[in-house]
Amino acid sequence: MTGGCLLDRSTPAANPAKEHRHDAAKWIGACMKTASSIKLALGALLAVAAPSLALAQTDCLACHGDMTLQDASGHSVGVEAHTFAASLHGSLQCTACHTTIKEYPHPDKVTPVECQNCHADQASGLADSVHAKASEHPCISCHGNAHAIFPKDDPRSAVYPLNIPRTCGSCHSDAALAKKYGLANVYSFYMDSIHGFALSREGLLVAANCQSCHGSHHILRHTNPLSSTYKANIPKTCGSCHAGIAAGYAFGVHGKAVASGNLKAPVCTDCHTAHAILQPTEAAFRMQSTPICGSCHQDKLSTYRDTFHSQLGGLGGYVQTARCWDCHGAHGILPASDPRSPVNQANLVKTCGRCHPGANLSFVQYQPHANARDRKLNPALYFVRLFMNLLLIGTLTFFVIHTILWLIRSRYNQIKTRSAEGGKNG
Amino acid sequence: MADLEQAAAESWEHEEKEMRHFLRFTRAQRLLHATLFTTFLGLAATGLPMRFSESVWARALASGVGGFGAILAFHKLCAVVLTLAFLIHVRDIFTRAFIHREKGIFWGANSMVANWKDVKDLFGHFRWFLGLGPRPQFDRYSYWEKFDYWAVFWGMVVIGFSGYAMWFAPFFAHFLPGWALNAVLVIHSEEGLLAILFIFSIHFVNTHLRPDSFPMDLVIFTGIESEEEFKNRRPKEYQRLMAEGKLEARLAEAPGIWQLNFSRVVGFTAVAIGLLLLVLTLSAYF
Repeated sequence: MTGGCLLDRSTPAANPAKEHRHDAAKWIGACMKTASSIKLALGALLAVAAPSLALAQTDCLACHGDMTLQDASGHSVGVEAHTFAASLHGSLQCTACHTTIKEYPHPDKVTPVECQNCHADQASGLADSVHAKASEHPCISCHGNAHAIFPKDDPRSAVYPLNIPRTCGSCHSDAALAKKYGLANVYSFYMDSIHGFALSREGLLVAANCQSCHGSHHILRHTNPLSSTYKANIPKTCGSCHAGIAAGYAFGVHGKAVASGNLKAPVCTDCHTAHAILQPTEAAFRMQSTPICGSCHQDKLSTYRDTFHSQLGGLGGYVQTARCWDCHGAHGILPASDPRSPVNQANLVKTCGRCHPGANLSFVQYQPHANARDRKLNPALYFVRLFMNLLLIGTLTFFVIHTILWLIRSRYNQIKTRSAEGGKNG
Repeated sequence: MADLEQAAAESWEHEEKEMRHFLRFTRAQRLLHATLFTTFLGLAATGLPMRFSESVWARALASGVGGFGAILAFHKLCAVVLTLAFLIHVRDIFTRAFIHREKGIFWGANSMVANWKDVKDLFGHFRWFLGLGPRPQFDRYSYWEKFDYWAVFWGMVVIGFSGYAMWFAPFFAHFLPGWALNAVLVIHSEEGLLAILFIFSIHFVNTHLRPDSFPMDLVIFTGIESEEEFKNRRPKEYQRLMAEGKLEARLAEAPGIWQLNFSRVVGFTAVAIGLLLLVLTLSAYF
């Protein structure tokens, strides 16, 4: 939120989602910005008030109230008078925005409306953003019909939280556009995500919509270190809603690594994805999660694959079997040497016991990452596997030879007998 | 045409009447084998997807039957049934040997215990394979049949024990060291794999698919074989019974056509499932 003027007037009270997204200092800053913007807007209002006395709304609507009115190039120039009157800008005179029109009749060609005359903060944010080069009028692409702009806590607004995905999606679900600008076609991912469900099915205003993570006017590429979606900034961005999780994450090895500048360590989106975020207890997420951890912890994944946990879990439909985070924790992951870690020797009975009632000290000596191919690390297991393999290979080799020889000999005998019987049945 | 068919039918009936039939397996033995192969197929069909859970077919099969939960439940059900069958068999052996004092359980021609003749038969068989000697004269149970029996016996103990150790891991952890809980999975899966590969390739070919029995030896289903089969396959037993005058006591009715057809349906189904599972298993390696 970059301190809008009239648009943001009622935001903190009306939109509780925003409240806990800001700490006190930020909130005060935003209020001050808002206050200054209101002053600015009032200034603009007063500045245009004097000449506009000559040309009142009713004068313009005498012609433009006709919805069928078109300009020379065929664009509609009609204004829905009632809607406009109810809209955020309804109290302004037409010439407050259409500043180049001074008198009637006005020239055929008029210059486009400059929203930044009042909305300077938003305009400067937009100027640096990924949408700076938008060929359409950048404001109405998102805010919709210029004569029907409502506060963003009004369900009629194109930027009302529940309308934002559709507004952004009007471009970002367009495959052709996505291809042209090299964008991921994220709209459908989002709509099927837990955020999208909460928003579209439950109408949950606090559910993350596009601008909750990307911002609104000052949207930057995720490769830009100033962007809220830059890797190092993601924990803070997600943490603006998921504060408890973010605190746990910051405490764990991954959070510490990212905070110290190691961007190889995972942030929220590495495990949860950015748009197709699933409910973590859901089967689909439990099925997809292990390979994500394994993409970095390859040796651990391969030893996990050898265990019953993985063999059970891999088949789906039975997703309770231990995945990485069931034992290691999900956000505040600590090394096993840390006494607070669930996989610390002292905590294993409790950790294993969550799934295996009756787990005792001997039971937890089980190694969930044992490697039967490693003679030094797991000698007993290594020799058990060696013995079983030799037994398997030895038995099969002997009997395969035995059976093949037998087959050849039997067939030979059969043919010999048949030819001796004068080719009968031969 | 009709005359020809009638003539063929008459000659078949004639031959069948002429041919004497003998009992090889009792009803209890056949029932034991039936329980063994049905539960074994069930265990293999549910165990393989767990062993190769990363493969496409394993996941397709698992999702087809309701996921892993269903697979494991079925695996355990088959395991319990097979365990009961095994325990009943062991109890039967003990009762016959120690309560009824039946002779020849642990030694002799009718025993499953290997003896010196089996060693000689093994080498003799190889010599015959290579054309270096006559075909050995087998008695009631040949060395490869005894091997099959003991392989299953050993497998039952090893796979059964390791399976129950996983099923009731916290309980077994009272007696077993921690590494043993890792080892039981290795043992269970390797021994299971050996059993599957052995039964679906070696046992199938040795017993059913080799030219002498092709396409299927029905004696394990009907319990009855013809005199010719008896004489050819186990000449030693035939002569022994003849010499002892006990041959007549083994005479039996020829199996009915419905019995043969039923046996064929069951047998071919089992072999088909087994071969499919064998192909799937091998596809995980090659």
